Amino acid sequence: MKNRIKTLLSNNKKGILSMYFTAGFPALKDTVTIAESLASAGADIIEIGIPYSDPVADGPTIQASNTVALKNGMRLSMLIEQVKQIRKTVDIPIILMGYINPVLQYGIEKFAKDAAEAGVDGVILPDMPMDEYLEHYKKLFDSLNLSNTFLISPTTSEERIRKIDQVTDGFIYAVSASSITGAKGKFEKQQLDYFDRIKNMKLRNPYLIGFGISNHDTFSMATKYGAGAIVGSAFVDLLKNSKDLKRDISAFVKSLKNGQSH
Amino acid sequence: MKYTVNAKGYYGQFGGAFIPEMLYPNVEELRTKYLQIINDPEYQRDFHKLLKDYVGRPTPLYLAKRLSNIYNATIYLKREDLCHTGSHKINNTIGQILLAQRLGKQKIIAETGAGQHGVATATVCALMGMECVVYMGKVDMERQRPNVERMRILGATVIPALSGSMTLKDATNEAMRHWINNPTETHYIIGSVVGPHPYPDMVSKFQSIISEEIKKQLQEEIGNSFPDYVFACVGGGSNAAGAFYHFLDDEHVNLVAVEAAGKGLTSGESAATTALGKPGVLHGSKTILMQTDDGQVVEPHSISAGLDYPGIGPMHAHLFEGGRVKFISATDDESLKAGIELSRAEGIIPALESAHALAGLSQFKFEKDDVVVVNLSGRGDKDLETYIKWGKY
Repeated sequence: MKNRIKTLLSNNKKGILSMYFTAGFPALKDTVTIAESLASAGADIIEIGIPYSDPVADGPTIQASNTVALKNGMRLSMLIEQVKQIRKTVDIPIILMGYINPVLQYGIEKFAKDAAEAGVDGVILPDMPMDEYLEHYKKLFDSLNLSNTFLISPTTSEERIRKIDQVTDGFIYAVSASSITGAKGKFEKQQLDYFDRIKNMKLRNPYLIGFGISNHDTFSMATKYGAGAIVGSAFVDLLKNSKDLKRDISAFVKSLKNGQSH
Repeated sequence: MKYTVNAKGYYGQFGGAFIPEMLYPNVEELRTKYLQIINDPEYQRDFHKLLKDYVGRPTPLYLAKRLSNIYNATIYLKREDLCHTGSHKINNTIGQILLAQRLGKQKIIAETGAGQHGVATATVCALMGMECVVYMGKVDMERQRPNVERMRILGATVIPALSGSMTLKDATNEAMRHWINNPTETHYIIGSVVGPHPYPDMVSKFQSIISEEIKKQLQEEIGNSFPDYVFACVGGGSNAAGAFYHFLDDEHVNLVAVEAAGKGLTSGESAATTALGKPGVLHGSKTILMQTDDGQVVEPHSISAGLDYPGIGPMHAHLFEGGRVKFISATDDESLKAGIELSRAEGIIPALESAHALAGLSQFKFEKDDVVVVNLSGRGDKDLETYIKWGKY
């Protein structure tokens, strides 16, 4: 089976919207409803967070969603079952994103196999060292057609971005600022300079911009540079306060893409 | 040195640098420069001069006669409690502030549990005129109030960590987040032998002055630099790393690490990592940590804020796994009793962390001429409220 991320990115597609949310939040079984709603609302990629007790790269919004999800009883094995259920109706790329420790305890090999079998197309483990991945896991991931995404940030050297580009087969996750996750509302000039810098590097892989993308303005600005953008905290905030997930998700995705208010 | 870090930053299977990319440039800068900087003769001269004139080193190695009688051994106390600021923590903060200056950093952040590392960091920042932000769990701010005010008097900003159990682990999370948000001009002074490589090695090296002095002092005292036993408490493990460091390759020296059992190993309220944990990744390194089968970090408990941590440094994980260091644990109650015992026997009120090391003594049967060194890592002033609340003295 072809990797859905690679298919999506293959024809130089622009304006890709990737939506991040935490599995098992606000309620345990909402994972499936949210994923289905995202797909029918027109999101291009679904990124599901594996809850963790100590998410050091995340701001207050996503931290809180992790805490709630864990209290709800969410765990990685359950998430993989939920992905199977999502795959019955959803055919857009699904990425699992999380910190390495829950994955280590599950067993990385077993995780990769089970995730791929459930229909996961890609994985983002921000605290997995690149050398560790190359030495121990890349072969396995490749054989399962599972793409692994590395992050880059404004302080990542050009040399390292080149190296990441070389070992990536899918897309690169460009963190928009030197910061943890969280909605900011707009970009500063130095962020735009950084986007320009990456754009001018003419990387092999497309890149998606994440962190601080919260509305149509930041989404459309980010997609002028990258192939797409990732919305996380702003979406998790919306989920937290939603009384009608389907309706609110549909309106939010449309507002991100088209600028209509919801 | 078979127990020191290898070129890839590992101690056996433990260690490494499991960090998000946003921290990579900072950690990489440290990794590529730390050895060159700290091995520079001028750096070494500045470091040792400050340890002598400012910290008050060497700290005494004191023969505790009355305590020796109680345990039927020859017990020496390594008096780290007499360091300026009241604990061994300042050995490391002096080392790191000199390093931060040479890296051109202007701002310092730190995490703290008992407040000893926070105070030691605030102190060196005042000394060098650098801006200082310390993260401390809200619970710890309450139980170690005098240290909070000490940091503030020294000019530091203390920010409460409000997530999780609001203790040391959570303060460390917040400090790492701060570092991600402020990568270029800030140096993060980690207070223990935890964190991504090169921190565990760097902090061990700064603290190794403890065992370096023990060896010299024992040689003068008994004509032999090797004790039969060295006892130290372990939270993250910095004082233990320092006290064990120069004895690691001398297998005839018994090294004993005492973890905090809290209310008991099976009580569900404990911080005895090696007894209750298994391998995993926490705060940037692969180590042993207390966690659920789903890989969620378990909230620890100890009456001692400095030991209230669900992991241990990767070097200790390696020493534990290989059996080089014997890991035991002492409960809250046993440690409080040991603290009072030392107060009455020797006129020294120990920090609750160090009281755990003392509580380990009763779990051994010594020969009268066994030379036992207990690393008395800190003084008990900060813990008076806890001793008073307990009240059994």
